[in-house]
Formats: sequence, structure tokens, C-alpha cells
Amino acid sequence: MNPLALEFKKRATASVADVNRRKLVLTALSKFEVKRNEKVAQFKNWQKGRELAAALKWDALENLAENLELLVNNLEKNGAKVHWAATGEEAKNIIASIAKEKNAKLIVKSKAMTAEEIHLNEALEKQGFEVVETDLGEFIVQLRNEPPYHIVFPAMHLTRYEISDLFSEKLKSQPTDKAEELTMIARRVLRDKYIRADIGITGGNFAVAELGAISITENEGNARLTAALPRVMITLIGIEKVVRRMEDLALFLPMLATAGAAQTISGYNTLYSGPRKSDEIDGPEEYHVVLLDNGRTELLADPVERDALRCIRCGACLNVCPIYKTIGGHAYGTTYCGPIGAVITPRMRGIEDWQHLSYASSLCGACTEICPVKIDLHHHLLKNRRIAGTKTPVWWQKTAFKIYAKISNSPTLWSLMTKFGRLGQKLHPLIKGTKLDPAYAWTKNRDLPPIAKQTFKEWWRMRK
Amino acid sequence: MKITLFIPCYIDLCYPQVGKSIVQIFEKLGHQVECPESPACCGQPAFNTGYWEESQETAVKVLEQFRDAEVVVIPSGSCGAMIKVFYPELFEGSEYEELAKSVSSRCYEFTSFLVNRLGVIDLGARFPHKVTFHDGCHGLRELNNKLPPRVLLSKVKDLELIEMTAAEQCCGFGGTFSAKFPMISTAMGDTKCASALETGAEYITSCDSSCLMHLQGIISRRKMNIKTIHIAEILAQQ
Repeated sequence: MNPLALEFKKRATASVADVNRRKLVLTALSKFEVKRNEKVAQFKNWQKGRELAAALKWDALENLAENLELLVNNLEKNGAKVHWAATGEEAKNIIASIAKEKNAKLIVKSKAMTAEEIHLNEALEKQGFEVVETDLGEFIVQLRNEPPYHIVFPAMHLTRYEISDLFSEKLKSQPTDKAEELTMIARRVLRDKYIRADIGITGGNFAVAELGAISITENEGNARLTAALPRVMITLIGIEKVVRRMEDLALFLPMLATAGAAQTISGYNTLYSGPRKSDEIDGPEEYHVVLLDNGRTELLADPVERDALRCIRCGACLNVCPIYKTIGGHAYGTTYCGPIGAVITPRMRGIEDWQHLSYASSLCGACTEICPVKIDLHHHLLKNRRIAGTKTPVWWQKTAFKIYAKISNSPTLWSLMTKFGRLGQKLHPLIKGTKLDPAYAWTKNRDLPPIAKQTFKEWWRMRK
Repeated sequence: MKITLFIPCYIDLCYPQVGKSIVQIFEKLGHQVECPESPACCGQPAFNTGYWEESQETAVKVLEQFRDAEVVVIPSGSCGAMIKVFYPELFEGSEYEELAKSVSSRCYEFTSFLVNRLGVIDLGARFPHKVTFHDGCHGLRELNNKLPPRVLLSKVKDLELIEMTAAEQCCGFGGTFSAKFPMISTAMGDTKCASALETGAEYITSCDSSCLMHLQGIISRRKMNIKTIHIAEILAQQ
């Protein structure tokens, strides 16, 4: 088995054994579900909203080149500097060279999954820059030196007691079990960072082509401070985030808030279109937008799975996924976890290495059912499996299915197998629960039903 | 009507009473029942694992068997979805494409056949027990079969249906997934069983014996105080 798959299994096993953590996540997501359903019900027609959102995103992607051109032209007209990055490496180099040119020491960041995707923090830290995450959840996981647990709720796996201990250790604060006090501790540390920071880096939720503006959704206001206080602002955004019109946001912003955060609308929705103008009192002196490809155009070339580029990173598929709820976000070992991660990671980072994620699903379809932009998630997992089964077939599995097809197709062989099965079951107690047991994966934690004394087919034959 | 049954492999081997109940129900309603000897399997395990060629080997046999059937009824949302939803995809562009579409259009999951095709909702059954219903994912999301089983259960005398919070959440079976990732699969099953136990029901019922096999496996091992039963067995009780 490939080492990444083995590691995944190890982490999944550990997550399953961590019963308290599982309970914490499950309880949080159950409460979230109730709230989200209330918000969904506020839509006059949620299903039609999904269809429209999917169609708008589809249209934006079908005309991606044209929309990007329009976006770039308008951004430049607004005074922004636009950079194209084909790969994560390129994006990191672009950002690092801006930071060097500005003699920056301290960089503040608001939450950006694209930055996680290309491991931007490590790259900048290696070059001597101090990088501070300002989203509360992200700030917490950064202090713990771990990746976000969830696309939208990076620290949802932690209790307030764990956060209090973490703050006491790293920030020398007094222990407290009050969420408000914990927030205030983080705020005191972060306010100082904002004021001293040379550069602010953000992600982006949508890039509005006709305006030449980046739309950022948040609830804490930290992205606004990241954008407004430092002299230089950099936005790192995937090219698939482009939408054509300002009015598209009228649907996307409430959709994102509902599906992702169980809110009618998020606390802050801000459009960033360029640096401070001469008659404006605040804002950065320079605004850079880095447009990231990093495998997206390859996915766009796939006639079936390209719909995964519609993703607005709301995390709705994680919240309903029984696998995610069971193993949590870290077990995946990827930037994007949950169903969307299981779909796009094998396509972006190699099916040979990451196919296990496509198999680590019961194909229940809860993700597809909730996705606000109607990505056919669980069917894509099936398709990934087909690619894996064709490109890198496992010989014994292929042989087993071939033999099973022969047995299934022949009444004689089927009867014979039934008899063997009964005999096998008599002998089974001798090896049950040991490594010799061919059904060990099942019998370790579950009982197997016995083969009936008279199968249905045997009964049917007698009856006739 | 002449009804052709497709009895999935695990029902044939381990749950013959499900098939027998269905024969009894249809015959009582005055229909003629047929059941071909083979194939035993619809080809879903190979299909879901990514081995489409091997899946086709079984699926072709299914198509040939059911070429002339008036209707095909399957006591499983999972195998039902395989034939109804995935066969046309499996055979897309092949010589069997048309036949796959034709069989798909004549194929029904058992409860949806009773309610949507035959228009029968009251089978005169009596089952004096508290029951909770588990939606099999394929039946629920591929076949959109949320209401038929509930309508049928609502007509069973003395049966009390208590919905569990996690009715629509996957039980964790997932075919070969249950063997490839047993730790995740059983943990999901535990969550499902806990939700079922909360209702105080005596039975978990479902349209799918495969989900029930997985849940029963956990229930027996952990000695939980609840049983599993396929919906056809309830509907056949007098």
C-alpha cells in the first residue's frame, strides 16, 4: 500500500479512537445543521438558488479567459498590480519578492485557503519574515503549529479550555473559560501586530470581473484590518473565483453565508478594488493581486470533473459528511479536506498517491445534496475510482472481481459457493478475530450473519 | 401483472425471508412472480471499486435476463440504484446502451414499486412494535425514495414509527468501504445505532438489507438492545 494511504489509515484510526474529540465535533456540527436548515428555509426557493448559483459559476468558468482579462484590465485601471502564478512556487516567489522589495519584517494575514494550499507561511518564514494569522481560529491553529481543521472553522476541534491553556503557554495570559475573554486576549496581541505590520495578505471569496474588485467575506473584521492598516496589501486568489457581474454577489454572498456559516449574511462583506486614492483617508499604498492557477486549468480541461471549480469553499460538504464527522479534518493530510478535498486532491496532486481518499467514502451523497453550487461530488469520487481502477489496478482485486462475476453468473457455481460458504462458516470460529481470518476487516468489530439453512434460490427451486 | 424479482446476492444467502415476504405480498395482491436463477449480483461491488470491465461482465447477464421483463422489482435501494441509475452510465457508448436504458426504465425498488407503480399503500399488515426507519443512501439520494417506505409503514396496524435524528445519515456500510476502512465504517455505524437507540424503538427497519447487515453486525457484537428487520418482512406480517 502506498505510504500516504497507510498514513491516512493510521490517522483515521487515531481520530476514531479519540472519542471525546469526535463528540465535540459531532455536537458542534449537529447544532450547526439545525441553524443552517433554518437559514436555508429563509430562501424562497433554495433549490432554485442552487441551480442559479451553479449556472452563474458555470458560465463564469466557460468564459474564464475572457472574464480574467476583464478582471485584470479593471484591476489595473483601479491601480492594482496583477501577477499571474502558474504554480504554487511561482506565487510564493512573487509574494516573497514583494516583501523583500518593501523591506518588510512583519506580515499579517487574514484567512486564505489558497495560502494554505501553497504553504505560503512556511516559505515566508524560511526567508525570515514574521507571519501572523489574524483570523481567530487560524491564529489558534498557527500557535499550535497545525493546519486548519476545517475550511471555514479552523479551530472547531478545540475546547475553550484547550485554547486557554494554549494562550497561557504561548501568550502568557491568565487562564479563563470565557470565550469573550479569550477573544480579547487574541485581540490585544493582534492589534499590536496590525499596527506594526508592513504587509497584509488576504485570500478572496470572489473576484468581480466587471468591477475589477476582490470580494472578501468574514465575521471578525480581521480581513478589513489586514487590508487597511499595512502599507502594502496582497491578495492571493485562485483563478476559478472570478464571477462576471457585481449583481452575481447578490446571490453568492447569502448563499455562502447560509451554506458555510448558517448565517443570513456574514458580518463583513467588503470589495477591494485597488490602493488608496489621493482623496481617500485610508487603505494601502500598493495593492497586489496574485492570480493562482496551480492545477486549476488542468481540472478545467476535464469535461466531467471541471464542475469542482465551481466550489466557493463554503465547507458545507464537510459539515454533512459522515466521514469528516468521524475522522475530522487533520486525518486527510491535505489542504482541502472532506468531500471536496477527496475529489480535487487526487486530480491536483496525483491519482496514484491520493486515490485512497476517493475510496474513503461510503458514497452516501450527502455532500452533493447540500453543495450550494451543485458539484456532483460523490459521483466524482466514483469517477476517480474508475480512473484508479484503470490506471493502477490492484491485481488481486481485479482477479477477485473477475472470479466473482463468473460465480455470480452461473447457478451451478453459485450453489457450490453457497455450500463452501456454509462449510467455511462452520470452521470460522477457529480463526475468527485472528489475522488468519479472511473476513478480519469485518469481524474485528462486527458479527457476520450466517448463511441461511435454505437460501432464497434454494427455496424458490423447491417451490417450483 | 408479471413481476420479475431480482434478489441481491446477500439477501439470497443470508436473508431469504426478505425474498419470501415479497413473493407472499405480490401473490396476495394477485400478481404473478418470476425469479431467474442467475445472476446473483448486480455488479455494484466491482463498479464502486472502479473495475467497470468486471462489473459489466455481471451486468450484461442481468440485462439479458431482464430483456423481456414487464417490470423488475428489487428489494434494495442500493442494487436498485445500480441498475436504474448507474447501468446506463456503465454501458454508455456500448452495444448495450439502449438495453441498459430500457431495463433501467422498467426497474423499481420494492417500496417505490408498491406505492408509485401499483398505487398500493395498505397491505393489511400488523406489527405491534416501535420501529425506527433508516434511509439507505442510494434509495434516498439516487432514487429519491424518501416517502414510499414511510407511507407503507404508516398503514401497518399497531406499528409506531419513531424517526431518529440521524435517519438520513449514512450507516457506514458503503460496500467495499466497510472492509477497506473498517475503523471509519464501524464508527459511523456506532453513531447511527446510538441515534436509533435514543428513539426507544425495538426495531431498525430499512429498504436495504446491506445497511441492516452492517448495523446488525455492530448491534450483536456490542449486545445492544435493538433488532433489525427489512421493511418487506414487516409488510408481510399479518
